[in-house]
Formats: sequence, structure tokens, C-alpha cells
Amino acid sequence: MRRMAHEGLGHPPACAHGSACAPPPARAVRAEAIGRRAFVKAGALALVGLAAPPPFLLRTAGAEQGAARGRVLVAVFQRGAVDGLSMIVPHGEPAYYAARAAIAIPRPEAGRADVAVDLDGFFGLHPALGPLKPLWDDRRLAAVHACGSPHSSRSHFDAQDFMETGTPGVKGTADGWLARALAASAAPASAFRAVALGSVLPRSLRGQPGALALPNVRDFNVGQDPGMPPDSRGARQGFEAMYAERSAGPLRDAGRESFEAMRALRDAGLERFPPSNGARYPRSRTGEGLRQIAQLIKADVGLEVGFVDSGGWDTHAAQGNERGQLAARFTDLAESLAAFDRDLGARMADVVVLTMSEFGRTVRENGNRGTDHGHGTAMLVLGGDVRGGRVLGRWPGLAPDHLYDRRDLAITTDFRDLFTEVATHHLHLPATTALFPGYTTPPASRPGLFA
Amino acid sequence: MRLLVGLAWAVVVTASVAACSAAGPGAAASGAARPQGAPPAPRLALPASSLSLDEQIVHVLDRLGYGPRPFDVERVRRIGLAAYIDAQLQPETIDDDAVTAALSAYPTLSMTTAELLREYPRMAPGQAPPATGARPGDMDPREMPGRGQRPPARVVAELQAAKVLRAVASERQLQEVMVDFWFNHFNVYAQKGAARWMLTSYERDAIRPHALGRFRDLVTATARHPAMLFYLDNWLSVREGTVIRAGPNTGQRAGLNENYARELLELHTLGVDGGYTQADVVEVARCFTGWSIDRPFAEGRFAYRPRAHDDGAKQVLGALIPAAGGEGDGLQVLDIVARHPSTARFVATKLARRFVSDDPPPALIERAAQVFLRTDGDVRRVVEAIVVSPEFFSPEARRAKVKTPLELVASAVRAVDGRVALLRPLAGDAGPARADGAAALARAVGRLGQPLYEAQPPTGYADRAESWVSTGALVGRMNFALALANGRYPGVAVDPAALARDAEGAGDVLDRLLATLLPGRASAETRAVLARQIAEPPQPASRSGDVTTARAARPVGRAEVARMTALVLGSPEFQRR
Repeated sequence: MRRMAHEGLGHPPACAHGSACAPPPARAVRAEAIGRRAFVKAGALALVGLAAPPPFLLRTAGAEQGAARGRVLVAVFQRGAVDGLSMIVPHGEPAYYAARAAIAIPRPEAGRADVAVDLDGFFGLHPALGPLKPLWDDRRLAAVHACGSPHSSRSHFDAQDFMETGTPGVKGTADGWLARALAASAAPASAFRAVALGSVLPRSLRGQPGALALPNVRDFNVGQDPGMPPDSRGARQGFEAMYAERSAGPLRDAGRESFEAMRALRDAGLERFPPSNGARYPRSRTGEGLRQIAQLIKADVGLEVGFVDSGGWDTHAAQGNERGQLAARFTDLAESLAAFDRDLGARMADVVVLTMSEFGRTVRENGNRGTDHGHGTAMLVLGGDVRGGRVLGRWPGLAPDHLYDRRDLAITTDFRDLFTEVATHHLHLPATTALFPGYTTPPASRPGLFA
Repeated sequence: MRLLVGLAWAVVVTASVAACSAAGPGAAASGAARPQGAPPAPRLALPASSLSLDEQIVHVLDRLGYGPRPFDVERVRRIGLAAYIDAQLQPETIDDDAVTAALSAYPTLSMTTAELLREYPRMAPGQAPPATGARPGDMDPREMPGRGQRPPARVVAELQAAKVLRAVASERQLQEVMVDFWFNHFNVYAQKGAARWMLTSYERDAIRPHALGRFRDLVTATARHPAMLFYLDNWLSVREGTVIRAGPNTGQRAGLNENYARELLELHTLGVDGGYTQADVVEVARCFTGWSIDRPFAEGRFAYRPRAHDDGAKQVLGALIPAAGGEGDGLQVLDIVARHPSTARFVATKLARRFVSDDPPPALIERAAQVFLRTDGDVRRVVEAIVVSPEFFSPEARRAKVKTPLELVASAVRAVDGRVALLRPLAGDAGPARADGAAALARAVGRLGQPLYEAQPPTGYADRAESWVSTGALVGRMNFALALANGRYPGVAVDPAALARDAEGAGDVLDRLLATLLPGRASAETRAVLARQIAEPPQPASRSGDVTTARAARPVGRAEVARMTALVLGSPEFQRR
């Protein structure tokens, strides 16, 4: 559907307004988004070039739409500081091999499997990330290198905190950056607007009303645990009745929302949405998380932001190279992302996956054949309007005087620039949205993912 | 619950472990001869209140502790409410031997940091334990020591289980509330590096002894404890420009780390609006340079490093700290902040929020702050001023707080008089642990969103309704109630039918359950729902208008009582205290 729309209109709607691809105000864009679909549905050529379709068309489009197929941003947080240099390998840089006798990924070589997969003659993919190569070749996957937080903290939990609240160096920021994005978004409310797979709500979503932290979507029900006595299922009705009373404040409101959400989930019939197109997810936290997010997307429950944690990236010792501990983690990540992409198919036009990590790792390997906490790292962006097949950001190089603190990959793209561009474009946020208190991305600093 | 013969023995603790004593809280448990100071004669005069006596009693049990057990209201009525509050304010006068004995099932609780580091060493990379099970009945692999292995995760797991056990079973309820309050106030995150071995000592040696003592002693003890120095990085803080002499960063210049200084002022004492500046933060950080740790992963003891100390003169909050003060600089800072009027107000506000309501009345805060200043930070006196106040006993304060997950779990087990079993292997046995009820409950608290000792930020867990009232959270609470009432937590024996013993018919069962679990608090909706629940199971044909009465009079099965109990524990009313 997306390709059709592009062919029909020539440019994605966001650029049709003539400004340098700055997203237009949310209202107009939403009208346009519906208009675009109305165009596709009605096939009326008269809509070509219209910035905002006439109201009667909107009403028609809205009535025919039913549940809105909105845009979804999925954040995958790689906890523990992923080694960006192993993820997007600078195989064209001799200093990389000089610094990592045991753990460097070999240069690309035709016919060999356990080497970097060349991307653009300078950078390569870790071979374990091979499942992502087709997405790269299809120009739907981009990477941003030398990216991260300018703050010097090398504390995992501080740096994660700074990245999730979007305020490097400032503790005690109450809300998360994704909550602020959602607050600025004009997408309709839904019980499943923001869902994190896990038992604790990530700080990125703190402050988002109704954000759900679910260890398992299947568990979002009352009294359904296997092994419960049969009449405990009847207890659900009892609970629902107790929370139904409209008068009595936040507890009952939240309770009512819970049952509405549970009903919505039952009605959505998630079991009707197993992985499509032969997609096979790894049985890992990341794979399971993405599988369920895909289910929620396909079930059209109004998901706008999904969040998945990926762990095990803190490779201080025995990191491995093209094989080993880190490679295993990359396999999991790549297979999960590739399965997600395959599962959603054409729907990926509406979905962007953004990976992130609190910082990177030291350039030089340490005495334990691993790496220590560093600074810049690599982040991946997949789907949506991404113009992929590129490694974005200015590469600072690995010469000693270009390193941060003489030990780490420097940062040339502030993570806030990346997140701003992704969220603002993909979720149609107003250009003036203050996603990051005390910080505004200068237009020239945008990575240019969608340009 | 079966025991493996010859391999394990059980310690069973009931929520009512010392309640057989019809006597007051100062009496020893039956059979145990223990010298005990008699509680002082009640000297508290409770303010006039429009609440009935029973309402006041339930309110006190809900606020000064983790909720009533079935016989608690009657017990407090007999002792006298003022006498009960007075005794709780002096926990040293209350016998808590049964809980102490039960906690001997957890060997780590009495070990020093150095011992823990030795006995539960770090695992080699690649040995991470598998993910824990998500359902109530699942065993937590962290509790399975395996062959001779003692994973560090066991240290925190025992802390978590002990905390829940104390909340459920301790007679010194107010003390447990205060230990929880102060730990949260001086929060340390268990999963940061070496902290997981340090928290046992931190809570036992720095928090607990001062929970109702002098604030200055408390803040000093936390400031000097390796857990806090590590968590907020002060152990790395050195005079600007110090050259590192050893370790992987030899030759590099290190400097001030402001982390602890900032949180000391912002979160522990003055509060974010308490009137300190960024310059003060830097000066305070300078004062604490050198306050460090001797080998955090081997010894874990406080060590002052003179070479790292910035010995120049400093200006802190308008006070001059002369040069060459050494380790004493930090102590002077603690003196200044512990006595500061903003600290009095900040601490009074947090205490009032804990005991009265999310937005406590300003007049109450002001009075409590004055008590703080007048008594030089005597926490016991401040708590007393807050609790023995018209605001505390006002109708607005009653049921105004939403229970945190810990409060919900503990109050639910107490309300149904649950029996929590702790199992430990005999010495030398390396087999898997059997069901540990306290640990199962601790995991439930974590799944409800409050993993104990694992609040990441220094602010700890919030004490406001909006933090705990969310869609996903309520679903979790309802499922917890169902699981508990149906005995689905291994090691937690619950007998709801006993709560309605001797009841005649379903209506009577309902009345007794509500009177026990929600004394004086069941709303009309809850009551109506439960009445319908009784009415629902299929009856022999009876179409008369008497149907409800007939149904209400019929005998009620155990499963049905369990279901009704679950509904009460998961009701909106039970989420409040």
C-alpha cells in the first residue's frame, strides 16, 4: 500500500509541504494521513496533491477505517552498553585491528562466512547480524554510528536513566522521553497505546497514563492462570462488577480501564495473529517481546509505542569475535528483528524499530579479552520511511587523538538528535515538540534518516 | 506441604506468631521466659475524632503497620489504643522473638559484607542464572544453590524474603514500617555492582538501629556505609587533579564526583527546594572526598583515604569549614544538614505523606517540623507528633492512601491470617531449596511492580497513589488475590474457610468475611457484588421472590469461600489503607 501511495503522490506526504521535510502540524498531517488512505481506497485521482482532503472525505475515510492503523514506534533497549564497533564494524580502519588483537571481526572476504559482511566498503555487519543484510539491501535498515549521550557517566544505570528520561546529567526527571512523545502525539487514546514487554515499566514510559508493563500479553487477564480452580474465572466478573462503579476515583477508573483493556484484548483475539509469512522468532526475551508487539500491531488495538528490553551486552570478559558470547547476542537480536520484519510484511511501512544502548565500549580490548565501558555506540533504525542502506553520522575515526578520553569511540551524533528525528517524523509530532527538556536539535544536526 | 525426610526441616511462621498472648504487647510469648522491660504506662492523649473507636483502631493498624490480622482489632481494644501506639513507638519493649527465630533460616542476614563476599562470590562470566518463572508456583532458580554454589543473587533474595516476613509477622509493626521508610529514603539499588553484598549490613547496621532514633545518627550511618558510598560513587570521589597510583587507570587524573553530595542535599536532607546551590553541591562533594571503601569486592568496609581528601577550606550553606579538617569535614556537613530547617520540613513532609495522606495538611507538616527542630531530629517524637494528631485521626485521612505492592501483599496475608513457611536445608545439604513462602511473596511483590531493594534511582519508590494505580498494576493485584486465596503460593498456607467458621449459610459467611477482611470499610457495591457471587451457583429450581434469602442461607463450599476471599482482597477498598 505504501508503494502505491508513493507512486501516486510522488513524495511521502511529509515532504509535500515544501519545507525541508519538517513535519507539518499534527492536525493537518493526520488529516492527510487519512486522506492518503482514502485516496488508496477510493481510487479518486482528484485527491492527488491535496494537502488536506475535504471534510466529507475525512468522515467517509474515518467511517470506513474502523480501528485506525496508526504508526508505531518500537524501542529496543540493549541494556549493558553494546559494543557498537562489533555491531557495525569499521573494517576499513586499521586502528580497529591494531586495538583488538583477539576480538576484532575479520575483514570481509568473498566466499567466507565468519567475517564482516560488507555494507559500504568501510563498514561491515557482524556476521551474526547476517539476517539483517537483506533488510539493508532493501534499503529499509539504517545505522547511526558514533552515537550516544554526551554525558561522561560510565555508570550503566545512570546512563540508562539519562537516556530514558532524555536529560543527560540530570537526575530526578520525572517522565520519560517516550511519554513526552506520546503526550505530543495526536493519535487516539487506546488501552494499548504504550506497551512495554516486561514486569517493570521502563523509565522511557514513566509519566505516560495507562502505559502497560506486561511480562506477557497472554497474562493480561484475571483468573486465567492454568491450575486455578474453574470458578476463579467467574471471579473475573465479580472483580469487574466491583470496579464498575463510576463514582469512586482513580482506583475504580484504573480498574475499569483494566477490564476494558482485557476485553479489547479478548476481542482482538490475539491468537488469530500468529507470526505471518513464515516468520520464526527466537525463544528469547527479545524474540518473545517483538513477537507479541507484532501481534498487538496486527490486531489493531491502537498500539503507538512498544518497548522491548534486550540484555546481556555488558561484555567485560571473553567477548568473543565473529564467534562467542557477543556473537550469540547478535544472532538473537538479528533473528528477532528479521522475524519481526517478516511477520509484519507490508505493515512495516507504519512501524519503525529503533535500537539504543546507554553507551558503547572501549576501543582497545582489555586484559580479559573483553571491553570496558565506553562512550559512542551504534544504533539501528528499521522500517517506516527510513531511507536505509546507509551508515549515518560523521565517523570520527579511531586515531588516538580522536578518541573520547583517549579510550572510547567519540560521539558525533547526540542520541537526542536521533530520537527527535525518528519520533517527530514517524509519529507525526509537531515540529515544536519539546521532547528533551533543555535541548533542541539544530536542524543541521539531524541524522537525515528520512531524507 | 511435604518435607523431604532427612534433607530439610521447616520453620513455620504464622502471621499471628505471638498473638496467642491475650496479654499486651509487652508480654513474652507463652512458654518463653524472657526478661522484658514492662511497657511504660500510656502517656499519650489521643485527640478527639469523629471516627468511631473501631474505625480509629483499624486506621492505626493500617498506618502504623501492615494492616490488621483477624484478632488485632479486639486485641487493641483490650489494650487501649493509646497504649498500643505508645508501645509501637518503643519497639524495644515488644517481644519479637518468634520472628527473630524464624529469620535464622536465612544465614546471610547475620553475615558481614566481607563474609558475604567470601561465601557468595561473583560468578564467572557466562554463568548468569536463567530467567525466573513468571507464575506464583514457579520456583525461582536463584534460590537453587546447585552443587556447592552460592550465587550472589541469594543474598538479595534472602533480604527480600526477610523483609516480607517481617512485614507479615513482626509484632514491631511500626519499626518495620520505619525501616522500610528510611531504606527507601536513603535508597540503594541492589543490582549496582558490589551493592548486592552490602545491603544486608546497610539495612541491619545503618538503618534499623536508628529507624526511630536521631536523624543525625541515621544520616551519618548511611553516609559512612559502603553501600551508599558505592551506589552514589562517593568512594571514587577525590580531590580534583589527583593522579591515580594503582589499578587499570594508573597515571590518569581523577576528580570530584558530585553524585553523593547532590543526593545528600536533594534527596536525603534539605530537599530540592531546600535552599542549596550548585556551589554548595561542589563544596559538599569536596568535604566528602576520601570517604571511600576498602576493596569493595573483597572487604567492603569504610576506609578514609587522606591522600584523596581536598583539605582546603570550604563554604557550605553559608558556614565556613576551615582547612585541614580531614575526615571531620564530612561530619561537619552532616551536622549542618541534619539540623537545617529545610531538612526538618522535608523529613516531616515525607513522614506525613507516609502516615497521613499523599498531600498532607501544611499545618501538620509545620508542627512536625517544629518538633524535629526542637528535639534535634528525634524521629520517634516526630512520628508521634504526626500520628497523635487531629489530622491523622480525621475522616479525610481514613483510607486516603493506596497500598504499595508490599503493603498489599503483607496486609492480605495478615488479613487472612496466613501461615508462611520458610524451609532451609540442613548444613551441608546442597540440594534445591523447597518452597519458601516468604520468598514466593517477595517475588509477588516484585511482579506487582515493586521489586524490593531494586529501585534503580536514588529517589527510591514513590509514596503516591499515581505510582501504583495503573491498568496493568490492578490486573496484577487481582491475580495476586486469586492466587493467595486459592493457596497457590507454595509455602503460604491460607485457610479462608476458617475466617468464616461457624457461619450459618452464605449470607453469614459474607458478613464474617467482610467484617474480618474489611472491617467497617466494605462499600455497598462490593457487598452487592459478593452477595450476587453467593447467589450465582446453580440452585434447585426455586422461582419465588425468596430466592436470594434461600440461596443466602445454603451451605457454602470451601472453593466458594476462597473465591469470595479473593474478591475482597482484590477489591478497590482493600487496595487502600
